[in-house]
Order: sequence, then structure tokens, then C-alpha cells
Amino acid sequence: MNEQQQTLWGFMREQSDKLLSQTLEHIGLTFISLIIAVLIGLPLGILIARRQRLSGPVLGVAGILQTIPSIALLGFMIPVLGIGPKPAIAALFIYALLPIIRNTYTGIVGVDTAIVEAATAMGMSKRQRLLKVELPLAMPVILAGIRTATVINVGVATLASYIAAGGLGEFIFGGISLNNTNMILAGAIPAALLAIIFDFLLSRLQRINIKKIKTATAASTLLLLLASFYFIPSAYGGKLTAGFTPEFMGRQDGNLGLRSVYGLKIHTIVISDAVMYKAAYQKALDVISGYSTDGRLKAFNLIVLKDDKNIFPPYYAAPIVRDDALKHFSQLEKTLNLLSGHINDSVMTELNYRTDYLHQTPERVAKDFLVTQGLYKPSRNGHSGTVRIGSKIFGEQYILANMYSMLIKGNTNYDVLIKSGLGGTLICFNAINNNQIDFYPEYTGTGLLAILQPDAKTVTRLTTNKDSTYNFVKTEFEKRYHISWLKPIGFNNSYALMMRQKQSDDLRVKTITDLKNYLDRK
Amino acid sequence: MIKVSQLSKHFGAVKAVDDISFEVREGETLALLGTSGCGKTTTLKMLNRLIEPSAGVIEVNGQNILQQQPESLRRNIGYVLQNTGLFPHYTIEENIAVVPQLQGWGKTKTDTRACELMEKLHLSPDLLSAYPHQLSGGQQQRVGLARALAANPPILLMDEPFGALDNVTRTKIQAEFKQLDELTRKTIIMVTHDVQEAFDLADRICLMDQGRIMQLGTPADLLFKPTSTFVKEFLAGQQLQLEFKTTNVNNLWGLLPEAPALSAAFMPKGTSVWALMDILKHQPAISFQKNKQVKTINFEQLMSAFYQYRKGDNNHE
Repeated sequence: MNEQQQTLWGFMREQSDKLLSQTLEHIGLTFISLIIAVLIGLPLGILIARRQRLSGPVLGVAGILQTIPSIALLGFMIPVLGIGPKPAIAALFIYALLPIIRNTYTGIVGVDTAIVEAATAMGMSKRQRLLKVELPLAMPVILAGIRTATVINVGVATLASYIAAGGLGEFIFGGISLNNTNMILAGAIPAALLAIIFDFLLSRLQRINIKKIKTATAASTLLLLLASFYFIPSAYGGKLTAGFTPEFMGRQDGNLGLRSVYGLKIHTIVISDAVMYKAAYQKALDVISGYSTDGRLKAFNLIVLKDDKNIFPPYYAAPIVRDDALKHFSQLEKTLNLLSGHINDSVMTELNYRTDYLHQTPERVAKDFLVTQGLYKPSRNGHSGTVRIGSKIFGEQYILANMYSMLIKGNTNYDVLIKSGLGGTLICFNAINNNQIDFYPEYTGTGLLAILQPDAKTVTRLTTNKDSTYNFVKTEFEKRYHISWLKPIGFNNSYALMMRQKQSDDLRVKTITDLKNYLDRK
Repeated sequence: MIKVSQLSKHFGAVKAVDDISFEVREGETLALLGTSGCGKTTTLKMLNRLIEPSAGVIEVNGQNILQQQPESLRRNIGYVLQNTGLFPHYTIEENIAVVPQLQGWGKTKTDTRACELMEKLHLSPDLLSAYPHQLSGGQQQRVGLARALAANPPILLMDEPFGALDNVTRTKIQAEFKQLDELTRKTIIMVTHDVQEAFDLADRICLMDQGRIMQLGTPADLLFKPTSTFVKEFLAGQQLQLEFKTTNVNNLWGLLPEAPALSAAFMPKGTSVWALMDILKHQPAISFQKNKQVKTINFEQLMSAFYQYRKGDNNHE
């Protein structure tokens, strides 16, 4: 436990620059959106307190906006506002709006009618009544609304890192992807502290006598100051902008390798995998970190930059089979190897594109492909034993599982059972290791890094070459688990840097070294 | 001073105030008396346009108030609310200073005025920096009155001003109210459901029911010359006490025996029979003087004169 705290502290010290800039971004995001929400919510609350007829519709709409899940809301914002701070601030603004409108309305409506009548009878105009009586008396309730909004915003602002708006979410989501507890805590603890501190400060403000204009002025100056934090760290730019996933940012076979091996210095923002490809297509980003066989590569007309210094370990796909299954089903090895050599990167990308973007079923995609390759044979409806195929929970694996199913049914007398949707690597591997399935398609890089986990030196030595990686995992799996790696299918689904086809042509950037040289040229 | 003609206020189908007309003379105190829902408060609030009339004309000093700016109209009409309506976030001093500030008075003038009012209303100057919730109900009501009087408006409207107070406090403040010189020059319209209060404080009473005026006249008019059975019945429960309060030595002068004074102290002749009865509990006789004529009476003589006066249907005025 003590050691854990030490390392967390160590991590935070080591990353103190990043931590500071992320915290400032976080504060900035929270308060810019809060200021806008106050500027719009307060007058709106006053308006609906005056015209009660409008209160139902206005509060209704604000309430509906509040119920939109935050990730979805950020997603909606991208087509309109792109990526970066703008959509994040817009989304945070929408979340802050309801508590502010509702509390302003409730606060003003809740002022004792006798006091309002007295103010009117003293000869105050509507404006004087609002400023001198209604707002000051409603202020504790309004401030409570602003407090709620602030705490909500501090929380939701962590999601801003999904759309490249920065903030402490970069550590939190990076940490989750990398399974790095220290990184998660380095983001989560400051975020929680911010929420507590702001809540406390605002509660103090609530107790101060609000009609004293000095404190009000001081408070708004403070707000503006906090809001401006956001712009301090983002006051740098560059020729090209890269968008990397939080996971990629923290990996040696990711951004760290790009810096140390290539010396690549590029203006980088952190963004989620879900919106990254589209952002590149919309020219919000120039370079992104993706997977080399992702269907979106084709959908958005992106090309992969060649990894000429081999920092991305090879992720060649091959079926891995239990040894006793190979013995039991004598025809199996030969049948599974039929697919080998038929699918390269671009073919796999095309197939993924058809399931992910054209929404064709994996069965249909698999069958069409086998037919064009002349591999398809109608099912023999055999009954001499059932082969159990596993697949992880994404499109590419579904397609492969279906192809193998058709090949087995067409070429042998075995029956097939597909167990698809086995969460992640570890679930799939445990299933095969415990004789729940007979085989599934695995990637060499995954087998090496996620399952075998050799020391760093071995990894560096192996990953520069696809054959050495393959041979290593083949030998080790056989030795440790009695599982065989059959022939690689042919494609490599690894990390890759990507650019728009046209920009790549225009700049003549085809490899990562080209990219570095282009950036260094200034 | 104030002239109301054919004034009506309808809330949907309900006629809260139904075609009423009356006048209030300068310096007079008029009580709008009636049960809940009789339209008295609605009438009051139309006078400073807190409620806009459905029909009719209200003139103050010959000017139609419906054609004036409501804000400037209200700044020249004091207003006292039942529940004080003091601003809880303002100190007592700031509360009193509201209307003077709206009228653009200087700070010194406003401060002087606030101190003056505090003294007149028997409030300690220490309270100026206190907040309303720190004051007792009676003190709050006095501050409410001070706020209404601050800018010295010629007209004062009061909506059940003593309604929220306990009996002891109410009696005390009512007594102070009567003696307050600030108020003697003012035209006052006061809403009350309390018959005693109306008779104690008002020069004339406007008895209302279901949005209409049942009778408008002096307390004596209502008591001794009721125009309808409604008026008679409304006062029936407290008839005798009201008569004691309404009748004074002037009314009884002809019926009192002439006798030399016991001492040089003479009571004012406006003193009510009710007050005299109270005094005569403690001393044997009281003397009065009118045009060198001196009359001295004891309790029995007072009572006998009062009963003769009543029997003669108060034609001796």
C-alpha cells in the first residue's frame, strides 16, 4: 500500500508539467462554460419568473438536454463544432444550464409576495425591484444552483478529453486504457479535489452578504481569471496537428516510441478512438493513431504512413488451436490453413469497411469473400464432432470466425459452434486454455504483449521483425499452454499513423520519417 | 383630496369591488371596514395602483391617477402592510431610507429623517443597524410605519396595519398611533376588519360588503343612524362599548350638572365616556370647563347623562 502511494506520488512528480496544464485546462473548461451558462441562464430564469407561461417549456427543454448522456452529447457536438474546446464548452454549458435556470426561477418566485408588494408600493420600478429586492433575496438559491452546476461541470469536463479538449480526463482515460492505476488516480484525485474546493469556495460566497457590490465584482473577476486558465497551455501550435488516443499517448509502441525512436515533435491533442477518424476526415486533425485494418480507413480515405523504423510491433493474425483439438479433428489444421495468404491489410480493411460502414452481416461478407476466392463450398452437414470457434467482440473477428465456420462445414464432416463476443483477449484466452473453445483468431503482438509478457529487452528485440515475433509466440505457446499457432492469415492489424490521402500526396509524406522531416523543415 | 368615482374591479366573474364612489378630505382618517372578501383591500390597492381598476376614476387633488406614472404616484403615497413587508436583507436604516433614496434625497437628509422617525416611534437608535428579523413584531410594525412616513407623503394607505400583533401590543401601538403628530396632518385610508379599531382611529368609516359600500359616515352615524339592518347587525355585538367610546363630554354637555371644580385640573371635553369611566374608577369626580361654565361629575352622574343622551336619540349635539 505504502509502495503504491510512493509510486503515485512519483508519477505525479514526474508528470507535474502535464498535471499542471491538465488541471488548468480543466479549471478553464469548467469556468468558461459556467460563465456562459450564468450569462444565459440567469436572464432566462428571470424571464420565466416574470412570464410564468414560458416556465414550463423552458424548464422542460433544459431538463431534456440534461438527460442526454454526456458522451452522446459530445458526439452530437462534433458535426456542428468539430473537435477541441468548442464542442466541449458547448456541452458543459448545456449541463450547467438547467440548475442555473431552475434555481434562478425558483429563487425569484420564492421571494415573499408581501416583500415584493412592499417594493412595488414604495415606488420601485420593475428593474429596481429586481436588482434591489428580488435578486438579492433569491441569491442564496441561485448560488446553490451555480454550485450544483460547477460540481457537475468539474465531473463532466473529464470527458472533454474524448474530443481533444484536454483536462484531467487525459490521465483518467489514458490510465484506464493502459491499466495504469497511478495514471488514473493522478487524474481522478485532482478532479475530485477541484470539485470539493470549488463547492467549498462557492458555499463561502453564499454566506457573504451579496448586496455588497465589492464581493460580487471580486467573484466575477475571479471567475474570469479562472476561465482564462484554459488558454494558457493551449497557446502553442504547429504546422500539423496530431490526435492520439489516451492509450497511444502512454505506450512505448505509441507516442513515447515516436518521440524517442523517430524524434517526432508534433502538436498533439488527446482524443477518443470513436471520433478520431472522422476528425481527420474533416481536417480537424492531420495525423491520427489508428489500427491498420480499421474499416474507417477506407470510409474516410486515409492512408497508413509506413513505420520505417519498426516501432509498432507486428500484429499478424493467425488461428490458435488447442493441441488436443488438432489431434481430435485431423482435418482441422489443413482446413484452417486454407485461408492463409488470402487476406492482406487492404483486403481486411475493405471487409471491415463492409461490416462497419455498409452494415452488411459478417456472414454475408465472409461468404462473398470466400466465393470470390474460390474457397466456398456448400455445407456437407457433417456430424462427426463439433468444432467450437471463439471470437472477440469486434467486426474483424466475427468475419474471420464465419469464414472458418464455412470452410470447416464445406471441407470436412465436422459441425461448428461459434462462441462469438468473448469480451477481450484474456476472456478468449482463458476460454481456449480451459477447453471451452477449440480455436480463435489471435494476433502475434497481443500474444506477445498481453499473454506472454516477456521482459522489455526481449520485446524490443522481437518486435522489429514479424517472423521473430511469430516464431517466439509459436514456440512459447506450445511449450506453456499446448496451443498451436497455425499459419498467419496475412494481414497485420497493428497501430499505425494515418493521414488523409490527399494531404499525404501533397506533402509527399509516405513514411513516419518523411513526416518528421517535413515537421523539422519548418 | 381623494375622489373615487364608480370604481369597479372584476376578477373573472367575481365582482370584488362593484361600482363604488366616495371622497376622502384632506387630513381625514377613513377606515374601510368589513369582513374578509368584502373588497376593502382591493379598493385600497387600487388607490396606489397595486391593482388596476376594471372601471372607474380615482382622482388625487383633481388629477386622475390612472394617467400618472405608477412609480412616481406610489413614491408620494405611504403604504403600510399587515406583515410589515420589511426587506429582510436591508438594515432598519436602509429600510426606512428606501423611498427617500428613490426620490434622490442626500445622505445627510435621509439619515436625519431616519433618526427623527425612530425617536417619534419610540424605537432605540441602536436598532438602526439591526436587521428586521432581530426585532419584535411590534418594533417591526413601527419600522414599517416609519418607512411609509419617511419621505413625508401627504397620503398614507394602511392594510390591516395592526392585524398581525397580539392584543397588548396592538392596544399600545394604536394609542401611540393616535398621538403621533406626523399623522394628524395626513390623509389616511386604513383597511381593517376590527370594528373597535375602526371606531378608535377613524374620523369616518366606510362599511363594505360584497364589493359595495353599505354605509359611509362618522362612527356616531353608523352607531346611532344605521342605514340598513346589515349595518345594525354588523355592530350589534359591540354596540354598548362602541357607544361609550363614541360619545364624549361635548355630546353630553347639556345633560351634565353644573358644579364647582374640586381642583384646577380640567379634562378635555373631547374625552369619551369610555375613557372617563376608566378614570372615575380611581378618583371621585372630574371637572370640565366650557365658556366659563364649570361642570363636575362623578360616575353615577356620567352614566345617567349617557342614558338620557341615548334615549333622546342623540339629538343634543
